[in-house]
Amino acid sequence: MNDFARLILRDAPAGPLSGSLPDSPARRDWLKAAGVLTGLVLAVGASGVVRAADAAAKEEKKYGADGMPHGTVDDPQVFVSIGKDGIVTIIAHRAEMGTGVRTGLPMVVADELEADWDRVRVVQAPGDEPRFGNQDTDGSRSTRHFFQPMRRVGAAARGMLEAAAAKQWDVPLAEVAARNHEVVHEKSGRKLGYGELAEAAAALPVPAGDALRLKAPGQFRYIGKDSRRSVDIQDIVTGNTHFGIDTRLDGMLYASISRPAVLGGKVRRYNADAAMKVPGVVKVVELAAGPTPPVFAPLGGVAVIAQDTWAALKGRQALEIEWDDGAHAGYDSAEFRKTLSEGAGKPAKAVRNDGDAMKALRGAARRIEAEYYLPHLAHATMEPPAATARIVDGKCEVWACVQSPYGTRENVAKHLGMDLSAVTLHQTLLGGGFGRKSKSDYAVEAALLSRAMDGKPVKVTWSREDDITNDYFHTVSVERIEAGVDARGKAVAWLHRTAAPTIGSTFVADAQGQQPFELGMSAINIPFDIPNFRVESVPVPAHTRIGWFRSVSNIPHVFAVQSFVAEMAHELKRDPRDYLLELIGPPRKISPADLSDGWNYGESPVLYPLDTGRMRHVVEVATREAGWGRKLEPGRGLGVAACYNFVTYVATVVEVVVGKDGSLSVPQVHVALDCGPQVHPDRVRAQTEGACIMGLSLATRSEITFSKGRTDQTNFHQYEVTRMPEAPRDIKVHLVEHGYDVPLGGVGEPAVPPFAPALCNAIFAATGKRIRSLPIKDQLQART
Amino acid sequence: MATLTINGKSQDIDAPDDMPLLWIIRDRLGMTGTKFGCGMAMCGACTVHMDGQPIRSCITPISAAAGRQIATIEAMGQDDVGRAVQQAWTEIGVPQCGYCQSGQIMSATALLKNTPNPTDEDIDAAMSGNICRCGTYPRIRAAIKQVAIKQVALQGAAK
Repeated sequence: MNDFARLILRDAPAGPLSGSLPDSPARRDWLKAAGVLTGLVLAVGASGVVRAADAAAKEEKKYGADGMPHGTVDDPQVFVSIGKDGIVTIIAHRAEMGTGVRTGLPMVVADELEADWDRVRVVQAPGDEPRFGNQDTDGSRSTRHFFQPMRRVGAAARGMLEAAAAKQWDVPLAEVAARNHEVVHEKSGRKLGYGELAEAAAALPVPAGDALRLKAPGQFRYIGKDSRRSVDIQDIVTGNTHFGIDTRLDGMLYASISRPAVLGGKVRRYNADAAMKVPGVVKVVELAAGPTPPVFAPLGGVAVIAQDTWAALKGRQALEIEWDDGAHAGYDSAEFRKTLSEGAGKPAKAVRNDGDAMKALRGAARRIEAEYYLPHLAHATMEPPAATARIVDGKCEVWACVQSPYGTRENVAKHLGMDLSAVTLHQTLLGGGFGRKSKSDYAVEAALLSRAMDGKPVKVTWSREDDITNDYFHTVSVERIEAGVDARGKAVAWLHRTAAPTIGSTFVADAQGQQPFELGMSAINIPFDIPNFRVESVPVPAHTRIGWFRSVSNIPHVFAVQSFVAEMAHELKRDPRDYLLELIGPPRKISPADLSDGWNYGESPVLYPLDTGRMRHVVEVATREAGWGRKLEPGRGLGVAACYNFVTYVATVVEVVVGKDGSLSVPQVHVALDCGPQVHPDRVRAQTEGACIMGLSLATRSEITFSKGRTDQTNFHQYEVTRMPEAPRDIKVHLVEHGYDVPLGGVGEPAVPPFAPALCNAIFAATGKRIRSLPIKDQLQART
Repeated sequence: MATLTINGKSQDIDAPDDMPLLWIIRDRLGMTGTKFGCGMAMCGACTVHMDGQPIRSCITPISAAAGRQIATIEAMGQDDVGRAVQQAWTEIGVPQCGYCQSGQIMSATALLKNTPNPTDEDIDAAMSGNICRCGTYPRIRAAIKQVAIKQVALQGAAK
């Protein structure tokens, strides 16, 4: 399966082609626009759009985990083994990048299994989706897609242990019960430990259907309980972890690669004489230039292979390379901003069109408009990309910090021309992922270099400069919104033009215009109670690799929408919270298709309608907890923003203090998060806290700019991120309590997008200064 | 040839004079708890102690480390303050991905050794060189304060 097919199956399972959309002219346009890419995505040939649509119409649309490659597996014999010593070993098959999923999903298994957590060991799965189900760890999906399958795994294993005990005692199954690592027969007072039952249980059939008894939620031991449980924390605090960069193999060589700084650049010629003279350097290898589109392929360049990292780095410095910068050598982000802005100033293709927004705007008593700009961002995971590979007897083994171990295996096999079965992907911990490590170019580099070294183990470590220069960057965008209100101040028209290079350009050469899954991240699926609602997508080219970055297109879209709501409130002399609630309107459940959203994060519109009652509730909780409306001293302000993303509802209230000198501090943040039921509440809080700080980084400091096709930033002295002194002193996370009346939502990403608009709304409340361009940097100092 | 004393163990290392301590520790000695993050002392992932002071091993050449006492994350369990910091990190659930936490713990331990009861400003100053991209700063602050409170209580009890 090619990279984009995986992407689109992950992120947009042919939503717009399903034929379920209401038939309005704008929606037909949208279908056509989407078809340009989705036709290729589905790889059904030149007339792909029609045939794909036909095929999709014939095939029942799959949602959630079922819509992902290899879906889910719930076989206990795949995920659980129990030793005679009673130790329960549970496989974690998703990548751990800091979310706590390596603890959370095994905890679900252990809970249903009635296992004592102290006697549970967790083992990381290699990349093998046919065996384990989907392993592509992004899109805030792991817990929401695998909660139920992992419950079934645990419950089935428990059922087998109970059956083994009942058989041994010759009593009815109904008379025995598993309790905390043993099976008990109450009547006779007999007990058997899991270790004693393991062998007999393994020989029994796996209970399925009615024989599978899940716990009632009231019986949960671990799920939803507050704890600091973590399978990795002890190793982390003692420095005993194995991240991708930590792999060590006998006879291993170390590589550093000089890659083209400009997308599409090539090595014209190079001289390795000086590099080869550096002590410890073993070989210099040229890597073929990367393809167009870039997909997840290496960029090419010249690699220095040495006996340690330092020698490789020094050897690389000594390389003399003449580059052909190629077609994107003129990329200048300041100029491109003008291109985006011009595009956003002109009519473009409608991707949602309710009523007649243009006419309603013309007839409005008052029109309000604003334009927002958000720059490229680099992921800057603390662990830069790193991977190790070796090839022995025609088989390649790779150790890598990747979000998609199976996709990585496919990618490596493709580039080596090997059969998939000849490639093994050992999953390490990830020192941050944020979407960067969904792209496995660095694992392929390691494999190619191992092959160039006759199969010897080679570790490729990206320097920070490599990471920031050659990222799959978060897109850059201009968002222009115009609204019309009637004489009584009621909003009657909304026109949002969004101009940003698409992630699709990484997979399809010259793709322009945001894809349905990008537009479905808070551009089109805005549930405002406005009758005339139009969203237009402006086609613009990409001049660098564009990738998804934690919460993806929600970052620019939510920033614009939620800043603009506060701007409207100000113009109309309304309280921003009250006005936001008025726009959200009364509690109702909206089918995403009614918002022209055929994607809805891949989830079923029936199970996951957009519930404005839940959205209202998080706004009410966050503002109430923050003391919305309280009197604040001069220079202090509160701002609110809310959104629906990754099928979770979140509202953030930021409190700021802006000094007369323009200094900015954030004493307190309140976030209300409704992600449905939570498996590991402490990790949900941790993810939410971290998302706020990532939001603060991108709001205040982070920016990647380009001159002559290359980034102006190379390391943390130029690409700034939030540090301890600027971090909010207090982040209060309010989790909305649910029974299991609603399905699980995402957790890793949802709290990123509302932070920046809440912050800027707070700054406006404190100072009257409206920030429309991120990052803020010194914009507050300019205030007089 | 330089003689390095790392975690109390003295060893001779044959390496170029300009080779940073970080790569000696990781590649030559195989101790991977100390992390690479930026190579220019901007992120703190590589923080170790040299004669008790936190330093960035990615820019400290082996020639500057020779003859000094170097301590890494792997030795913090043998140090009273280091162990207390590790314990607080665990109790408060500080780490997310965990990659930067070796460096955070080394900086926090050095801070608490020099300043047993740090103010918020002390914490800001001591920890501002350590980036955490996951955003664990509020919990790092809380964990440092927890260690301080416990240490002050212990000292009070000892008097």
